[in-house]
Amino acid sequence: MHLEEFAEGASLLHRLDPRVKFITLMAFILLTAVVKGLGLPLYALAVSTVLVAVARLPLRKLVNRLAVVNIFVLLLWIFIPFSYPGKELFSLGPLTVSQEGLLYVLSITMKTNAIVLATIAILGTSEIFSLAHALVHLRMPEKLVHLFFFFYRYISVLHEEYIKLKRAMTVRCFTPGTNMHTYRSFAYLVGMLLVRSYERSQRIYQAMLCRGFDGRFPLIRHFALTGKDIIFCILMVSLTVSMAMLVLL
Amino acid sequence: MIKVKNLNFIYPNGKAVFKGIDFSLKKGEKVGLVGPNGSGKTTLFHLIMGLLTPSMGEIRIFGKPRNKESDFKEVRRRIGLLFQDSDDQLFCPTVEEDIAFGPLNLGKSAEEVRDIVSETCELLGLKGLEKQVTYRLSGGEKRLVALATVFAMRPECYLLDEPTTGLDEETTERIIKFLTEHADTYVIISHDHELIERVCDKVYRLNGGRLERVDKISLDKK
Repeated sequence: MHLEEFAEGASLLHRLDPRVKFITLMAFILLTAVVKGLGLPLYALAVSTVLVAVARLPLRKLVNRLAVVNIFVLLLWIFIPFSYPGKELFSLGPLTVSQEGLLYVLSITMKTNAIVLATIAILGTSEIFSLAHALVHLRMPEKLVHLFFFFYRYISVLHEEYIKLKRAMTVRCFTPGTNMHTYRSFAYLVGMLLVRSYERSQRIYQAMLCRGFDGRFPLIRHFALTGKDIIFCILMVSLTVSMAMLVLL
Repeated sequence: MIKVKNLNFIYPNGKAVFKGIDFSLKKGEKVGLVGPNGSGKTTLFHLIMGLLTPSMGEIRIFGKPRNKESDFKEVRRRIGLLFQDSDDQLFCPTVEEDIAFGPLNLGKSAEEVRDIVSETCELLGLKGLEKQVTYRLSGGEKRLVALATVFAMRPECYLLDEPTTGLDEETTERIIKFLTEHADTYVIISHDHELIERVCDKVYRLNGGRLERVDKISLDKK
């Protein structure tokens, strides 16, 4: 299982300092999340699109990811236009569509996509390890960072374990059907995965203890800010600030 | 039984394992397969069982070409694969249930399955372990139980991936006894030359992507 497919690449965004990435992205996301109306979300979406273009991300994979997010957005399109109070635009039988509702859901759609695109373009272009590393530098609680890092590190191990167990079932002629045998076998599969991952975590922890682990990961490699980072930082901050100024106007 | 022609497999990272290998196994043959780590021995087994799809070549088993997933259903019913790592093989909570899993998939009735389980346990000396939790067994016990789960399906041919690696002498002897008494066609992957000497008639070496027949005697002369 490959989870860092966007991290491969050599664009400008791939080479930036992850600390700068976190700080600028946070500001941008926060502001995008709170702005109202249509103009500013559109502005944010434009910024995100430019970021994606700069990162030169594979379009197909990007569309796949966006599709997942927009399934949830689609649900909003089904409910909000009909339930939001406002001026009636037209009616479908007993249901009326309000103009405000339509604009509101359009705004949410643009904001959501802007945030997702920016996150993929900025954070997706760094490896998880350097992101975790940056979080430690930014004084995030270390326990949370470890949790995040190990979760990522072992999700693919777990997936491999799952593939192996599925193989064991396949070679013994297992064909899923709607019967107790199938349900029981799948339950065993899930149960065994849980037991195994727990045991594995114990073994890893013991191995770490043997190597002197005391709850902290020492940092050897340190980040260094370069001219590119500073320019990117200034650019992102000024874009975000200009958005904030437009809100106040 | 098994006939493989000009077979090749390419890993997702683009590395080819074989340079086109030919291999055949007839009924009653007892074959040893040796070769360095990473030479593709396990991959060959997984290709024969249809767990991997070859990127080139032909696989004929029981006289029919096997290409699609559905072709391999019959293969898996008649050929038993013992995985290199017993933990990959066992996933049910108890020994008994794990041994019953295969026969149940073959559509056997509850009664038949009960008989198979007790007969299999008897044969491999697993009596008394039936209700044990599989993941708490010792390495040797796990190996025997894994073998039992394969044997429970009464395959016509066995593919055994390092059946005795890491086992003590007594457990190894039990596996050898089982092979000589109850299996007549098999391929064994092993680094244990003594084992191959004792239970195989024919030896192949897989090295550098090629498969070649070797003398049993030359195994020790390395």
